[in-house]
Amino acid sequence: MSLQQSGIFHETYKEDMAIFQTPFIKFWMAAFMVLLILFPWINKPLNALVNTNTLYLMNLIGIYIIGAHGLNILTGFTGQISLGHGAFMGVGAYASAILTVKVGIPFWFALPLAGLITALVGMVFGIPSLRLKGLYLAIATMAAQFIIGYAMRNWSTLTGGSTGIVVSSPSFFGISLGDDRSYYYLVYTLVIATTLYTKNLTRTRPGRAFVAIRDRYLAAEVIGVNVWLYRILSFGISSFLVGIAGSLWAHYVLVVNDEAFGIWLSVQYLAMIIIGGMGSVLGGIYGAVFMTLLPILLRIPEHALTQIYPGVFAIFQSMTEGVFGLIIILFLIFEPDGLAARWHTIKNYWKLWPFSY
Amino acid sequence: MIILELKDIYLHFGGIMALNGVSLDVREGEIFAIIGPNGAGKTSIFNCISGLYSPDRGQILYKGKEINRLSPFKRAQLGLARSFQNIELFRGMTVIDNLMLGRHIHMRTNLFTGGLWFGKARGEEIRHREIVEEIIDFLEIQDIRKKAVGTLAYGLQKRVELGRALALDPQVLLLDEPMAGMNAEETEDMARFILDINEERDVTVVLIEHDMGVVMDISDRICTLDFGERISMGKPAEIQADPKVIAAYLGEEEL
Repeated sequence: MSLQQSGIFHETYKEDMAIFQTPFIKFWMAAFMVLLILFPWINKPLNALVNTNTLYLMNLIGIYIIGAHGLNILTGFTGQISLGHGAFMGVGAYASAILTVKVGIPFWFALPLAGLITALVGMVFGIPSLRLKGLYLAIATMAAQFIIGYAMRNWSTLTGGSTGIVVSSPSFFGISLGDDRSYYYLVYTLVIATTLYTKNLTRTRPGRAFVAIRDRYLAAEVIGVNVWLYRILSFGISSFLVGIAGSLWAHYVLVVNDEAFGIWLSVQYLAMIIIGGMGSVLGGIYGAVFMTLLPILLRIPEHALTQIYPGVFAIFQSMTEGVFGLIIILFLIFEPDGLAARWHTIKNYWKLWPFSY
Repeated sequence: MIILELKDIYLHFGGIMALNGVSLDVREGEIFAIIGPNGAGKTSIFNCISGLYSPDRGQILYKGKEINRLSPFKRAQLGLARSFQNIELFRGMTVIDNLMLGRHIHMRTNLFTGGLWFGKARGEEIRHREIVEEIIDFLEIQDIRKKAVGTLAYGLQKRVELGRALALDPQVLLLDEPMAGMNAEETEDMARFILDINEERDVTVVLIEHDMGVVMDISDRICTLDFGERISMGKPAEIQADPKVIAAYLGEEEL
């Protein structure tokens, strides 16, 4: 008779702190990684099913995941709402475009530099956070959104005004990353790197300090956390990530102009982390996937119905928008803690199934 | 040796004098209690010491140095830790994480090493986890170490908050009503912890408490406040016999 452990028993703190704790999880993570790597080669049938280029979608999702991690660090973990992250992503995109096109720096240097520049801009606009909280801070960061947006439109010598800047694709040791497939690998390398970074950050000293500030900033100060410093750092690291996302976006879409980085994008980022789950690293991923896929999936029935009733195309189209809004509202009502929390409950349910106690 | 000294502290909120020229001194290694009726200014003194309030006038000396102008987190780094009257734990976090936050000032992991995890950050996490686990054993809260603090019973939360303050490895521990709302058994446990902390860990304890039985039993010296003024300071027996203290608590006899 073989003996099996009745649970997970760690013998060292090292084991206890591992992200992937059991062989089961490790196996499925590995399987998922293999799927991610193979995806660009097996996505053809999926394209036909949803009637779009799924690789393009995946790349967009990846870019949004990086940005969502950024906002999640700031809003989910540190508890500071920002309505300026759309503009910060724009700063990253413009910085990267200007650095590669006008200054002539290679993409591989422009990418981290764009992140750093965005971090700086984010930290400057984060200064009000030292005095303001909650909705007041949201309005203050919204000012950042409008100021940066204005600069993008009107600082023509730098940003090219309303025509924007045309950017070229990066290349990797002579291999052009201009097509969806090679860009996919670039994006997802960074997605994995930033996800691990965010996860590690949030489970070590700085991340705990962020959460402490979110939960009780006075107590945080009294136990020795420099609240002032960590609020600004949170803005910095958050903007850094969203700046990286902006840079990736610029070199993927290949033209940078201000229209893409309006208040709508800021709201979308907030929606991603709220729907995905604030204060959870997985939440950023779920949110980005959900917010990008939902409009596309809604287009499938729209498309089918338009085939049958071509005359009322406009009605179906506006209905899709309405359903999109409705689904988000329903989500907020029935799943206020986000998809990550739901995933957690489902996992716990199956752990004990079929005995609920 | 005097480790903490307040000299002539004044503090007002609008027209109310919360502290009216309070002076007191805490000696190294003792258990010092501050008692007094509600609204006497006990917690205000704690807030002045830990830096949440800055007094209008007067000096706060820690190890002979004035700390009036230091921000709260710097005072924590100097070795001042405290607990709060109405539990100020980080509710969503586990007990371990709350205690690990207590280790914040002793850790060095930053945005880069923390994000990388492997190497420095992990080593440091493990080292400090061992210290935290030692505190968990000391406070006998092993079974709840991975529970979110918000879900715990009140008495346990008080204990976790004590643990968090202890994790700072303080030289002076300020405890604001550690026994409030506890039953007899919990009170006894808490009194035992405070004595152990004082004796085994050589921590000077300053205590605000309403449970007179406990205060008289465990403290070396007591200071009594009423309406923001110090009305007496001395050994428990002296305080018990002081007519001014009796008057403050029971009211004066009408003649």
